[in-house]
Amino acid sequence: MTVGDLIGKGIFQVVEEGDDLSREITGIFCCDLLSVAMGRAPSMSAWVTVMGNVNTIAVATLADVSCVILAENAQADEMCLTRAKQQGVTLLATEEPVFEAALKVHDMLHG
Amino acid sequence: MADVIALTYDISPDDFTRAGEASSDVKSKLKQVGVSPAAIRKVAIAMYEGEINMVIHAEGGKITVEISPEQIRMILADKGPGIPNVEQAMQAGWSTAPDEVRSLGFGAGMGLPNMKKYTDEMNIETTLGVGTTITMVVKL
Repeated sequence: MTVGDLIGKGIFQVVEEGDDLSREITGIFCCDLLSVAMGRAPSMSAWVTVMGNVNTIAVATLADVSCVILAENAQADEMCLTRAKQQGVTLLATEEPVFEAALKVHDMLHG
Repeated sequence: MADVIALTYDISPDDFTRAGEASSDVKSKLKQVGVSPAAIRKVAIAMYEGEINMVIHAEGGKITVEISPEQIRMILADKGPGIPNVEQAMQAGWSTAPDEVRSLGFGAGMGLPNMKKYTDEMNIETTLGVGTTITMVVKL
């Protein structure tokens, strides 16, 4: 499943589309501690978190995840949005809790 | 002797909004010179953790990155307070980061362990009251 496919399902709000809709999503990762996410988030995963600050985008870029999903209605702050746009990171959002959001992606990947 | 590309970055103190810029720049330069994605990821993670540590603990510092065909060497030098007990600081979960830093999602005590995990060589030279220099190598 690509990032474009995930967006196309219409399940998540698109906060920032990012610059590579053809990027594959091969797994899911859930964590709010950025240092843990940094070390553990697999490349090409969909990362579900409630941390919507600028460092989230830095970690997403450096760990090379395919997209970030902000769960629990977590808001991305202004600087986070600016950096996501600059770095071409796909940023999605949902009111669902982290587990349910991840489960939806899981079902799309494996359903 | 093979060509070595050297890059240097000044890391600003207390500026979490800019932390990661140097690592991002190195990442894009490594991509340009054709380094493998796996090696780029290791360098990016190790260097970003180092950057964050310099912002949190050391009032910034300087990072030098040397890129050669065989390896990437990162030298992170700061004039911070030094690390009193390196062995303790290397333990996953050990952290002296303030609450403000934890609220941003850092301070989990994973910085130094991540740096070691993602590099092939890591050396810490630290003197209390003088500063810390961490040298890390990722082999290509």
